[in-house]
Amino acid sequence: MNRRVFRRLVSNAMVGLMVFAVVVALLPLFFILMDLIVKGAGSLSADFFTRMPAPAGESGGGVAHAIVGTLIIVGTASLIGLPIGIAAGIYCAEYPGSRLTWVTRFVADVMNGTPSIVVGVFAWAWIVATQKHFSALAGSAALALLMIPMVMRTTEEMIKLVPNSLREAALALGYPRWRTSLAIVVRTTLPGIVTGSLLAVARIAGETAPLLFTALGSQYMSLNLNQPMAALPLTVFTYATGPYEEWHRYAWAAALVLILVVFVLSLGARLAIGRRFTLNG
Amino acid sequence: MSATMKPKISFVTTPRATLAPRPPSAQPAERGAPAVDVRRFSFAYGERRVLRNLEFSIERKAVTAIIGPSGCGKSTFLRSINRLNDLIAATTHEGDILVEGRSVYAQGTDLVALRQRVGMVFQRPNPFPKSVFDNVAYGPGLNRLVPKRDLPDLVERCLRQAALWDEVKDRLEEPATGLSGGQQQRLCIARALGNQPELLLMDEPCSALDPIATQRVEELLFELKREYTIVIVTHNMQQAARVSDFTGFFDRGELVEFDDTERIFTSPAHERTEAYITGRFG
Repeated sequence: MNRRVFRRLVSNAMVGLMVFAVVVALLPLFFILMDLIVKGAGSLSADFFTRMPAPAGESGGGVAHAIVGTLIIVGTASLIGLPIGIAAGIYCAEYPGSRLTWVTRFVADVMNGTPSIVVGVFAWAWIVATQKHFSALAGSAALALLMIPMVMRTTEEMIKLVPNSLREAALALGYPRWRTSLAIVVRTTLPGIVTGSLLAVARIAGETAPLLFTALGSQYMSLNLNQPMAALPLTVFTYATGPYEEWHRYAWAAALVLILVVFVLSLGARLAIGRRFTLNG
Repeated sequence: MSATMKPKISFVTTPRATLAPRPPSAQPAERGAPAVDVRRFSFAYGERRVLRNLEFSIERKAVTAIIGPSGCGKSTFLRSINRLNDLIAATTHEGDILVEGRSVYAQGTDLVALRQRVGMVFQRPNPFPKSVFDNVAYGPGLNRLVPKRDLPDLVERCLRQAALWDEVKDRLEEPATGLSGGQQQRLCIARALGNQPELLLMDEPCSALDPIATQRVEELLFELKREYTIVIVTHNMQQAARVSDFTGFFDRGELVEFDDTERIFTSPAHERTEAYITGRFG
């Protein structure tokens, strides 16, 4: 066979395989979205976002309490987890030779592979069991614990991309080491760090297992971090496993809302990447 | 530590500035003393000795070129003067270097103050991903060399000294990374001048530039040496011959010869120097 024809055949076959792989990867996402929209969009209404749930067996009502709860729990988790994760990531990237870095990185890698329900059990044992009641704060702590290693590792990877020449330029100008890290290195990677943080927030926003025995869930609107609180993933779980037909429809709608929230966060992350400063040249 | 091992950033703690920055108008302490005095200085990365027993001095308000084959320790020497080599783990040194009469390696030397006094321009232009103005203003602003309201004047003066003002005066707030390579390098020179240094180190500042940009930087050196002491490392012997007043020839970590540039290039005392400048090795 002619060599060039053969090469073209191989090339086309490879491209074909890759397109196939992309389709296979995207199909489940597509079906999930379609399913959610078909089964959930019908139940979406202004009431769904603004009303409290109706008593069991009655129709109507909404999931306002769960939307608010998710925002509070995830927001609190971010307040705890992001600063710790980002700071640890900066430390690991800027002092790669230190022993503490080695230990931190190792622990983070182990934690990244820990099932989220284990983290939930941990939070239950340390916060719920000692306080003797469920609380949103325990849920936030569990989610923060999940966030820290994720944020830490992405921050570290982002900072490692900063060319050493930029560090040297700052140090040679008489910047103290810590100012070089903050004013030059971190400033340069800020969009990347923001992206990593938003992705981590999106990841934990959908976590159910760590909340099951920490925030517990609730039928009422609660703004008190020290009390059980509703959250969208928990509402989906409760409604989907409940006995009523309408609950099932609400579970679909709540899942759709949850995925939209995650979608918006991810989209924000992509936009942040787009505005990244170019480094040299 | 092997020669191929990647340099590690070490944990360097920097004490707070104790040395007050030199007022811009003040004259250097000892008029007759050299700007840089290298005293039996040796330097090693782990087991690998890269500088051996250097002993020479560098004259004030002149351009001194350091030439030599790759790996002879030129850059290491330059980075020893502002102690940028401290970033690399497991380095050792002997002897000392004095900048304007003050020891660089004495115990308790304030690296921040030292690096304010000794500016550096690197091989590749490395402006901060900030605006043109901020690139120049950041050093002096950080070190509080001038009151904040005087920063615009200082920035203009530095950019003029770096022969860049006319090209960037209308785009001071634009990102520096949008400038051309040659402009970026002159911006890096202006940035180094912002600290009003006593000494300007240049590590092959033209190696990433095209011939026209190179010529501009070389012309700039003639202007700058009226006010600054300049040490330039270069691979390009024509450049050393064109821009410098004194030339040191390094080979395998040793200073083979140090003399007036004219002497080095017309009648070098050492056979190795002659072999190098006539292109027989290196």
